[in-house]
Amino acid sequence: MRTLIKNGRVVDPSQNLDAKMDLLIEGGVVKMLAAAIDEAADEVFDADGLVIAPGLIDVHTHLREPGLEAKEDIITGTMAAAAGGVTTIACMPNTKPVVDSSILVSGIKDRSSSEGYVNVEVVGAITKGLGGKELAEMGDMAQKGAMAFSDDGSFVSSSRIFTLAAQYISSFDKILISHSIDPELDSDGFMHEGAVSARIGVPGVPAIAEDIAVARDILVAEYTKTHIHIAHVASKGAFELIRQAKKRGVPVTCEVTVHHLTLTDEACAGYDTATRVSPPLRSIEHVEAARIALKDGTVDAIVTDHAPHAPEEKDVEFRYAPCGFCGLETSLGIILTELYHTKLFTINEIIGKMSTEPANIFSLKAGSLKVGMPADITIMDLNKEWVVDSVKFYTRGKLTPFEGRACKGKAVATMVAGKFVMRDGVVCAR
Amino acid sequence: MAKANVSLSGKDILDLASMSVEEYELVMQTAMEMKKIMKRDIKKVPSLRGKSIINLFYEASTRTRTSFELAGKYLGADVVNITTAGSSVTKGECLRDTILTVQAMACDAIVMRHPVEGSSAYAAGISDAVVINAGDGAHAHPTQGLLDMFTIREKGRDFKNLKMAIVGDILYSRVARSNIAAWTKLGADVHVAGPATLIPHDIEKLGVTVHQRVEEAIEGADVVDILRIQLERQKSGLFPTPREYARIFGINEQKLKLAKPDVIVLHPGPMNRGLEISWEVGYCDNAAIRDEVQNGVAVRMALLFLTLTGGKKIENID
Repeated sequence: MRTLIKNGRVVDPSQNLDAKMDLLIEGGVVKMLAAAIDEAADEVFDADGLVIAPGLIDVHTHLREPGLEAKEDIITGTMAAAAGGVTTIACMPNTKPVVDSSILVSGIKDRSSSEGYVNVEVVGAITKGLGGKELAEMGDMAQKGAMAFSDDGSFVSSSRIFTLAAQYISSFDKILISHSIDPELDSDGFMHEGAVSARIGVPGVPAIAEDIAVARDILVAEYTKTHIHIAHVASKGAFELIRQAKKRGVPVTCEVTVHHLTLTDEACAGYDTATRVSPPLRSIEHVEAARIALKDGTVDAIVTDHAPHAPEEKDVEFRYAPCGFCGLETSLGIILTELYHTKLFTINEIIGKMSTEPANIFSLKAGSLKVGMPADITIMDLNKEWVVDSVKFYTRGKLTPFEGRACKGKAVATMVAGKFVMRDGVVCAR
Repeated sequence: MAKANVSLSGKDILDLASMSVEEYELVMQTAMEMKKIMKRDIKKVPSLRGKSIINLFYEASTRTRTSFELAGKYLGADVVNITTAGSSVTKGECLRDTILTVQAMACDAIVMRHPVEGSSAYAAGISDAVVINAGDGAHAHPTQGLLDMFTIREKGRDFKNLKMAIVGDILYSRVARSNIAAWTKLGADVHVAGPATLIPHDIEKLGVTVHQRVEEAIEGADVVDILRIQLERQKSGLFPTPREYARIFGINEQKLKLAKPDVIVLHPGPMNRGLEISWEVGYCDNAAIRDEVQNGVAVRMALLFLTLTGGKKIENID
């Protein structure tokens, strides 16, 4: 199978490339990239007016399988990714059972490659059962292909256990991803502490809950020399701590979510459970700090923290709703609308943070259109206008704080290993 | 005077922040008429005959639930009380289904108290019946706010430029948020004070002045609203001991002397005597605490009447 993508604008930060080029794909990999290719192909895709980018990578998602299939499973989750233009996702281990042994890593990888629509990387647990007490068999999981390790959803409160985990995993050349929120401060509230929480009465959590935990994690990274990646950073203070740590050479990276870049706590004022998330949506000064940190390189990756829940779980009183919402099908559109069309970021910067940089952090063979790389490609129409309508989502957990949002920019085709998995918004049959 | 075109007919009463000054005025004027009915020998009128009201209470209550029940009955409505213990809530029925269930029985109003902020707005989004918030978490308690308003006005005070002090647990208080919303709207000068652990961050953005010392808030005050220390929260260590709270933040006669001589002392009840309020202050001549309870019935009669009839059948009162 040979596919020729012609006349597109190829934007590939891994090669500092932004030019009108053709792309020949054969055997699932990029065969040729040149100004004009006149080779025979089984299919010629005319990408005139479209951007050809290395496939988007989302290193923070929840596929919910095994055990929580009422929220999502590998099929629906990877379909959502394909629909959103995402070609590789990493799934977090807070499933039932928790992904804390190699058989579960292998199981998710196997099922993903037989049933899934996009590449799935598995994040294993740092501690058994996410209990924070004993190390999980990270070495075994690493050897079975776990991408990284995280107790996402919980902070490894014990500094001893976390330091030991960082030391131990360094032998396997893997990264720890930390859910850096002080759990005791976090347990007092249900949203960001600020003017909105004061007004609407929902107990708030101060942003220092994040800063305190991030400071601890930076110190552990500095001491152990192990690369620690901070998940979903959302507070101004935490961005500053990471900025300073990077300056002095601490092996720390971080990610920011689409929603923390684009929504404030004012979204919670109507008690919509679609806005309940951890870390919480914060006030405008934190959103501005997130954008500055994304611009100056403090932030390495944009993620969704795609965290679907069953409708009945979110159809409750605000406090009772579980944290999180889906994001794979809205991420690119929201980012293009809020960060690209506002001229705050270039398309190069955006593709860098949504593809090339996360690939580099986690040493994934992705995020680049160099010859020989897997043909994971996102084809986007930067000017396509559309409205977020969750009824059309592939994800099972449809609730989103972006419902009804008018967007400009969308993935119009997604290719994984040389095969189209989505075209014109429709996920292709396997 | 209430404008002729102001109406609460069919409206949900969720909080005071979203009500207008004209709507407050309509409730005040109607409550004055209702209070006359309460003073009658036979306290019953047929204004709400044929209407049914459900009191749906997810939290404990003495005065709010009883006064809503009596308010409905004095106006001739049928009133049913549901408390969560002994209801299908204990079987895990969710709020949506509970609201849909009572609504299917053709009730006209749902009076709801619930521990979670925003639950009354959520219920109102589901229910075709009028929803009256009888307290949702730390968010709002609009009928308490209205009965406090009525009590202050009844004592001949206008709100413009009055110094109001709200002292105690502001953080978890729906009463504080309701009174702050209404009093700032009416032009009063609102001050809050209490231990810093019980004052929400950024509360000054609601237009109030924050004090660390209760004495500063009380000094020269026209109204002192003393909030209940929610002892059930003390386990989380928001202040060291009740003894220390009473000594430093509790309102006693000595502290109250800092206020105007004709200060009105409010307390939403139930009082923790000897903790946030001394025995002497609780029963002093300035204390309007029993007035608040009585006016609570009148205000709730007014709200039920206005929301369920549109206030057009006022002739039925006489």
